[in-house]
Amino acid sequence: MSETLLEIDDLSLFRGQRCLFAGLSFSLSAGQVLQLVGDNGSGKTSLLRALCTLLPLETGTLTWRSEPLPQGRDNYLAELCYAGHADAIKLDLTPRENLAFYASLSNVPAHHIDTVIDKVGLAAQRDLPCRLLSAGQRRRVSLSRLLVSKAVLWLLDELLTALDAKGRALVAGLIAEHAAAGGAAIFTTHQPLSLDGVRVDPLDLNAIQVQDDSGVHS
Amino acid sequence: MLEAFNAVLNRDLRLAMRRRGDWVNPLVFFVIVISLFPLGVGPDTELLRQIAPGIIWVASLLATLLASETLFRADFDDGSLEQLVLSSQPLSVLVLAKVLAHWLITGLPLLFLSPLVAVVLQLQGRSIPALMASLLLGTLTLSLVAAIGAALTVGLRKGGVLLALLVLPLFIPVLIFGSSSVLAVEGGFPVQAHLSMLGALFLLSLALAPLAIAASLRIIYE
Repeated sequence: MSETLLEIDDLSLFRGQRCLFAGLSFSLSAGQVLQLVGDNGSGKTSLLRALCTLLPLETGTLTWRSEPLPQGRDNYLAELCYAGHADAIKLDLTPRENLAFYASLSNVPAHHIDTVIDKVGLAAQRDLPCRLLSAGQRRRVSLSRLLVSKAVLWLLDELLTALDAKGRALVAGLIAEHAAAGGAAIFTTHQPLSLDGVRVDPLDLNAIQVQDDSGVHS
Repeated sequence: MLEAFNAVLNRDLRLAMRRRGDWVNPLVFFVIVISLFPLGVGPDTELLRQIAPGIIWVASLLATLLASETLFRADFDDGSLEQLVLSSQPLSVLVLAKVLAHWLITGLPLLFLSPLVAVVLQLQGRSIPALMASLLLGTLTLSLVAAIGAALTVGLRKGGVLLALLVLPLFIPVLIFGSSSVLAVEGGFPVQAHLSMLGALFLLSLALAPLAIAASLRIIYE
C-alpha cells in the first residue's frame, strides 16, 4: 500500500447559490491517477480549483500528507502544480524564459529546463517568443511547467486542448512516468486518453450531483 | 523568497522592454495634460507659477492611475496571476515585486520628466529638488495604493471608472503634502515637514498595501 497523499472528506462546493455537489470524499495515494468524469457544468473545473485552494470549500476538509489545510497550505502548494484552461505563459517571452521564471518562482534549479523543452518537442522553438508558436505548442510550454516544477500532485484541467495526436501521446507518457515515479495526478478531459501501464480511477461527479431544488443555499 | 521576488521583478521589466506602449502612454499623457494648462490659462507667468505644483501633482496622480489599470490585467488574462496566487512563496512579496517593477517603468520616468514640465510652468529652479523629492516619495505611495484598487477591479470588464472612484480619494493626502512641499519652497519656507509626512505615508503604504493587494487578489478568484 503506497503512501496516502491527499484526503478529501465531506467536501461540498457552491457556485453562487447553486450547490454543485455535496459530501464528496476520496483519497489519493502516491502513484495514483484520477480522472474527473462528468457532464459540462457538473463541477469538474470548480473541483480542481477548490483542490488547488483557489475556491473556498463550503464544507469539508482537505488533508495533504496527514496535515489538514489551512495549516499545511504552504507545504501543499509547494508540491502542487495546477494547469488550468489558460496557458499561463507570457507571449512576449520565449519558452525558455517562461520556464525559467516558473522555476525560480517555485524555487527549483533551472538547469534541466533545456532537457524539459527537448522532451516536449519544442527544441527548435526554445528561443522564439511564444507569440509565434501555435496553440498546441503553447500548450506544450504550459505542460512543461509540470516537469520544471517537480511537483508531486498535478491538477490538470482539459489538458488535451489544442494538442495533436503526438501531443496526446506525449501527455499520456508524461502522466504515466509521473505516476511511476510516485507522483499523483487528477485530470479532466473530454477526449480519450490511454495511459500505458497506469490504472486511471474515474471519479464520477454526475453521480453525486445535487438536484437544483434541494441544492439551493438558504 | 528573495529569488521569487527577483524573478517577478525581472520578468515584468523584461516584458515592459518588449512592449513599449504600456509604459510610454502614461508618460505622454502626463506631458500633454501639463502642456494644456498654459494654453488654457493663458501666458500669465505669475498665475502659472502659483498653480504649477498643483498641476504637476494632479497630472502625476492621473498618470499613475492610468498606468495602474494595466498592472494585473495581462497576468489575469493569460492565467499567470493564478500561478502567482498558487505559488508557495508569500503573495504579498510577489505583488510587491510587481508594484516595484511597475513603478520603475511608469513612476520613475515621471520623476525625470518633472524638471522639464516645471520649467514649462515657470517654477523657480530652487523648487525643482523639492518637486523631485516629493514626487519620488509620492509616486511610490501612489503606485502602492493604486495597486490595491487595480487588484480589486482586475476581474471586471470595465473596471477603469470604478478604479478611479476607489483610489482617487485615497490619493488626497499624498496630493496635499506633495504640492504643499513645492509651495513651501516657492514661499521660502522649510520643506522638511512636508517631505517627512510624505515619507510617513510611503512607509505606511509599503507596510500595508502588499497585504491588502494579496488579499484582494485571493478574493477575485473566489
